[in-house]
Amino acid sequence: MNAPQTAIDLTARPRVAGHFRLQWEEVQKAWVLLYPEGMVKLNGSAGEIMHRLDGEKTVQAVIDELESQFETTGLTADVLDFLTIAQRQGWAKA
Amino acid sequence: MNVPLNTAAAIAPAPQPGPPLWLLAELTYRCPLHCVFCYNPVNFAKTGAEAELSTDDWLRVLREARAAGSVQCGFSGGEPMLRDDLEVLVAEAHRLGFYTNLLTSGVGLTEVRAAALKQAGLDHIQLSFQDSTKELNDFLSHTKTFDLKRRTAGIIKSHGWPMVLNCVVHRLNIDYIGQIIEMAVELGAEYLELANSQYYSWAELNRDALLPSREQLERAERITNEYRQKLGDKIRIFFVVPDYYENRPKKCMNGWGNVFLTITPDGSALPCHTAKMLKGIEFPNVKDMSVQDIWYNSSGFNRFRGDGWMKDPCRTCPEKEKDLGGCRCQAFMLTGDAANADPVCDKSPFHPRVQEAVDYAQIPDEQRTVTKPLVFRDPKTSRQLDHTNFDDSRSLHSRS
Repeated sequence: MNAPQTAIDLTARPRVAGHFRLQWEEVQKAWVLLYPEGMVKLNGSAGEIMHRLDGEKTVQAVIDELESQFETTGLTADVLDFLTIAQRQGWAKA
Repeated sequence: MNVPLNTAAAIAPAPQPGPPLWLLAELTYRCPLHCVFCYNPVNFAKTGAEAELSTDDWLRVLREARAAGSVQCGFSGGEPMLRDDLEVLVAEAHRLGFYTNLLTSGVGLTEVRAAALKQAGLDHIQLSFQDSTKELNDFLSHTKTFDLKRRTAGIIKSHGWPMVLNCVVHRLNIDYIGQIIEMAVELGAEYLELANSQYYSWAELNRDALLPSREQLERAERITNEYRQKLGDKIRIFFVVPDYYENRPKKCMNGWGNVFLTITPDGSALPCHTAKMLKGIEFPNVKDMSVQDIWYNSSGFNRFRGDGWMKDPCRTCPEKEKDLGGCRCQAFMLTGDAANADPVCDKSPFHPRVQEAVDYAQIPDEQRTVTKPLVFRDPKTSRQLDHTNFDDSRSLHSRS
């Protein structure tokens, strides 16, 4: 169970995992993950990443999109870090 | 019992709460079961089918709650399957963007209705073990109950719902915790909640018969941990200890009027499903007020927000933000004043009342001098107890 976390490949096409539902909550002004009797409220950057995971876009495409939308560069490490957490929490699947 | 408004309350008004994220829709108090640990009010029979909100009322409640920011919706009861408009309500909740949960005993969950609920967009079913103690033997011997559960579990799985089983644990079934876990595994559950009975309503009437001994509790926790190790990721098991065995109270409902909104079958809006017992507090009804108004502006929901209402020892306690003084209903039941500290806390001058119940729980059944019969939740008993007034029914507790 404690096998080292496999690094996330930039060509992987992750998606929101099975029993989670991701949606924008206007009242909270946040993306949330919903699951049986529970909710995870995502912070701004986590939400921006998660809602781009559609199982079709590659990780690289998500990074490109974010960098272009927020007119910045060097987001690769941040996005990979978050995806590692999201996978560990079971929120996302590659 | 009227608490004079203290100066702290005047200086520090309760902070503006967040939205009512959790909406619990108690559709009906009608139920085919007679569980001795039921948390529905003891006088539930007063609210029969004729007093229940109509379909249109519920649809309006769902829309108003969603607009106010509710996102989780639980359909509960009683047995919610007894409402034949359940599918209509689930469909509307789903359309509005709720994550929809059904909390059921499984009685009435036929293949036809399950298919209709799936079609309506139901996200999750929590199936409770139908251990109403009258049926304990049946339950433990895996016969009729097990057949029903297996059928229901099969229906749930075939529709792709996550399988969450809930079993209320107490003195009479806690020694069979291993069998209960094995049953859950056999049924293919992904989650199992072993929730010790909390002592409200019917469970409070039956407290002496239901509160396990420390030895029983420790054994059950040990066995649960052994199964967790053995089963690994196959099933997630939650074990909730009875708060009587803690020294600090639970942060009840994550704070009064903070996250949870319960609507009872007749439309009363409550900060938790047992709050109606609190004397002297007026709770609004969805027939008279919008959900938005109820949540932010009603006196009932503002009553215990913030910490201005607290008395000593809570008022000056360094841990007050951690548990917010515990549960208002428990404070009311055990001390007569809902603004007191929850006596589960060992700083409460009333803590000996909890301790006394815990001490009594250590006496083996066969050495007890007075054995009171279990009070089963049914409409007839409910009407009798309502007539004798709740305070009198509490004398069931006296062991003199």
